[in-house]
Formats: sequence, C-alpha cells, structure tokens
Amino acid sequence: MFSVCADPSLLSGLDWFSCYLTTPKHLAFFGSFGLVMLLIAVVAPVALAIGFAAAVASRSASPLLSLPGRGYIALARGVPDIVFFLFVPIALDQGFEYLRYLVICPDQPDGVWQGNNFLVCSAAKLPLSTAAPIWHSIYGFGLAVISFGLVFGAFAGNVLAGSFEAVPIAQIQTGASFGMTQSHIFRRILVPQMWVFALPGLSNLWQILIKATPLLFLLGLQDIVYWARELGSSKTSIYAYPHPDWRLYYFGFLLIFYLGLTAISEVAYKRIMARLSRGQATLAGSGKIGLRGGV
Amino acid sequence: MNVCFDTIQAYGLRAIGIGERLLPKADITLCEQMVLIGSGLIWNVYFGVLSIGFGFWFAVCLSLGRLSQFAVLRLVSSGFVFLFRGSPLFIQFFFAYEAFVLLPKTGITIDLGLVVIDASTGWFTKAWAGALFVLFCNTAAYSSEIFSGALQSVPNGQIEAARASGMTRFQIFRRVMFPNMLRLAWPAYMNEAIFLFHSTTLVFFSGFPAWRQEGDALYYASYFAEKTFNPFVPYPIVAGYFILLTLVIIGVFTLTGGYLNRSVPQERRVKPRFRLLIWR
Repeated sequence: MFSVCADPSLLSGLDWFSCYLTTPKHLAFFGSFGLVMLLIAVVAPVALAIGFAAAVASRSASPLLSLPGRGYIALARGVPDIVFFLFVPIALDQGFEYLRYLVICPDQPDGVWQGNNFLVCSAAKLPLSTAAPIWHSIYGFGLAVISFGLVFGAFAGNVLAGSFEAVPIAQIQTGASFGMTQSHIFRRILVPQMWVFALPGLSNLWQILIKATPLLFLLGLQDIVYWARELGSSKTSIYAYPHPDWRLYYFGFLLIFYLGLTAISEVAYKRIMARLSRGQATLAGSGKIGLRGGV
Repeated sequence: MNVCFDTIQAYGLRAIGIGERLLPKADITLCEQMVLIGSGLIWNVYFGVLSIGFGFWFAVCLSLGRLSQFAVLRLVSSGFVFLFRGSPLFIQFFFAYEAFVLLPKTGITIDLGLVVIDASTGWFTKAWAGALFVLFCNTAAYSSEIFSGALQSVPNGQIEAARASGMTRFQIFRRVMFPNMLRLAWPAYMNEAIFLFHSTTLVFFSGFPAWRQEGDALYYASYFAEKTFNPFVPYPIVAGYFILLTLVIIGVFTLTGGYLNRSVPQERRVKPRFRLLIWR
C-alpha cells in the first residue's frame, strides 16, 4: 500500500507493523467487520417484519392463520438455533436449485437424486459456475440473511406476541366503547402501546443477534472469524510477513470488538427506553419513579 | 428391526469411542443416522450437566461478589460477568482454545487457582476439559445475572425477622436468603439451563477438534448431511432429540421448583414459564 512496504524483509518495528496491517488480506479482514455490521443492519428489520407478521397471525381468530403463526414461533424455542443455521441455507439452496431444475432441465437423465448426491444440470446451478465470484458471495450472504431472518423472526414473534398481551385490556375496552373498529383499535391503540413492552425483549434480541453473527463462519462466508483464523495462523518465511501463531491476538481483538458493540447497544437501549416510556401508562412513564426503580 | 439392533451395538456408544471405529460411509440408513446422532447426544448431556452442576456454585459466588460491600470484589465479579455475557460464546471457544494451545508453548502459565495450565496440562486443549471450562464460566456469568436479581428481590421483612431472632450473617444467608433466591430465580434458571444445553452444540464447530470423530449430536448430523447431501433427515433428527431433551429439563426443573416452593402458599408461588431467551 505504501511505497516503503515494497520489500517487507527490510522492515522492522513499527514500520513492519504498519505495512503488515495494510496488506490486501488485512484490508479484507477490516472489510469483513463491515459485512458483520451490514448483516445486523439488514437482518434486524427483516426479522422484525417477519416477527410482527407471525405475532399478528398467531392472534388471529382464524385457525388457518393462528396455527402456522404459533407453530413457527414455538419451533424456534425447542431447537438449538445453530441447527437452523446449518439446515436452512442448505435446504434453501437445494430448494432453489430444484425449482430451477424443474424449469430449465426437467428431462435430466437420472433425476436430481443420484445415489447419495444431489446434482442438477450445470445450467440450473445457483449461482452459475461461470458467474463472477462476487455473485457467489452475494448469493451466500443472501442465504445467510434469509436464515438469520427466519430464526430471529421467530424470536421476535415470540417477544411481540407477549407484548400484545401486555397492553392493558382497559385501553382496548375504552377504544371499543368509543366505537372504534377492530382494525382501528389495532392500529391506534394496540400497536403504539405495544412497543414499550416489547423493547426489553427486542433489546435482548438485538444483543443475541450481535452475538450470533460469528455463525456466518459456519455458512462458509469469509467473515471476521474466517479472516482471524486465516491471518492469525503461523506464517513461515516463504510468506512476505512471517510470524508465529497469532490467532490468540486476532481472536482477542474480535472479543474486544464484540464487547464494545454490546456495551454501546446497552447504552443506546437505556436512552430509547427512557424516550419511549414518556407518556405511557407504565410506572416508568408516569415520571414519578425513575426507570430503575419502576421496572 | 434386527438390523437396527446390530447398528445400536456398533454405534450406540460410538461418541465415547466404544464400538465400530469407521463411521458409516455409503448406503446410510435411517437407523444409522438415528443411532449415531443419539450417541452424540451423550456429549451434549455431559457438557450440559457438568457445566450447570459446577457453574451453579460459581454463579452463587459471583452474584454474592456483585452485591458485596468490597469494591474490588464487585469490580472483579461484574467484570467477569460482562466479559462472558458481552461476547459470543463462539468467539470465547476459539479464544480459549488458542489460549490453551498457545500459551503453554510460549512458557506463560495460567493460574486458575485449582489447576495451573502449562505444557503438562495438554488435556485442556481437548474438548472434554477445555470446552467444559468455557461453558462453565459462561453459564456461571449468565446465571449470576439471574441470581443477583433474585437476591435483590428477597423480601426485606424476612431478613429483618431473621436478624431479630438473632441469626448470624452466615445463618441468614444459608437459611433465608439462599432458599428464597433459589425459589425466585428458578423459572429463569430453567430457561438458562435449556439454552445452555442448546449451546453445547457449538463445541465441535469452534476450534475444539473432535478426537477420533467422537463428536456431539450436531457433529454427526452435519457429517451425515455432508455425506448424503440431504439435510432433511439428519437435522430434523437432531431437532427431535433436542426437543425431547428440552422436555426432560423442563420436567426436572418443574419438579425441583415445586420442592423449592413447598413452604409457600399456592397462590404466591413463582410459576415456571418461558421467559425471554438468552443467547451466548
């Protein structure tokens, strides 16, 4: 990157480090922190939307809606999440390829199940083997977003369903006595009041989401865990920057990164909670008792 | 049926190294998947039971430390809890594994109080000890959050009554605060136990190698998914096993909770119910 870095073997001390930390691979490592942030930023609204839909569906009077909603929410409770993270991307990948197989090459000689192999014709592969590497990364990231969204959607649905229940019944009854319709009550009373009850659970979920991001590594993406293992492992003198096994320091850095992220979120949560509690029919909102004493 | 009996003999205890050495490679049957994944569950139960069993006592100490009148104790125990609750368990596993492998080589020894890690304690790089240690610290941190909350909500009147009847500080803790804390914390602690069991599935995916292919339930499931290219059989099997395991945990904790609440009138008991989930 810098002209001094042309011949690393001549460098020492601080120069060596500043050159070492700006190699293209290290820049990719720093970029992968952006990938983690991007994943959190994309998944959070997706999961919230899915969770909201599931929570509303689970409250529906029609069993056609409420049963799938409840089942979806309940499933995420009994099964380790990592099972979903391993299962959903493979299942989706095969599902997409199977659909493309039905459209593009349905008359493939041996079918898709050949012995113990799942094979579709190369025109139906997703992404195409001729596609640029960037498309493979985008496809992998998309699968990750969908599986994170599905898992965290179930968690969010669980939280939101609980907070719908927590809105005082008198508020709804008052709305009804004013002659509001069902959907009016839902939009004007239930939803605005629900958030303050949902926030502790959602903030917990946010922390969970942050701490679940290293699982991207299991999905085969080049995320921060991948790079930490890659860059930290000992490099012999055939490499430009030989060093012993430094994975400990790289993982230590990741540890500090996550601690910082969760600590910042904690502070932000307290601020939002104070703002949302204003004017609500809760102890914290009455203004008489501070947040800590009230909740 | 008979065939499956043979499979159970061959693979029933494969996860702890008893039985057939080679894992099934071709023509994998449903029975083989069920048996091998089930045998992997031994490790999940091992990690879960031991880390909760030992972590419980450490968690009680930590939560007392956080409420202590000595600033140093407060700082150390809250720092410990922040470290283990604020970072992903996945990264903790990686970090701990590297530390256990690397530090003895460089001549640095870690003094854990009971055991000193140096070159001679190589078994800390094995999953059965190293991962157990990480899980132990992790569950202690999460549980101490629950316990210190419960300690603060022990009714004041009971402590005053105990003091008035001349109990010593230790007696008050042993006879009044501890039982009340357990009773109040129990439903949340059940949740913690369930999620700890779930997170034992991370062990063999995070640095700690599976020695001689002796892994946990998810390790074998992903092995089968790789071999058969069919995720729709092994992963639902793991899911099924874990739902059963979760039901067993709920059963055990509900029974214990009833015992802890035995002196409390029916209507004031703390009901077990699902709380917010926790993730490491």
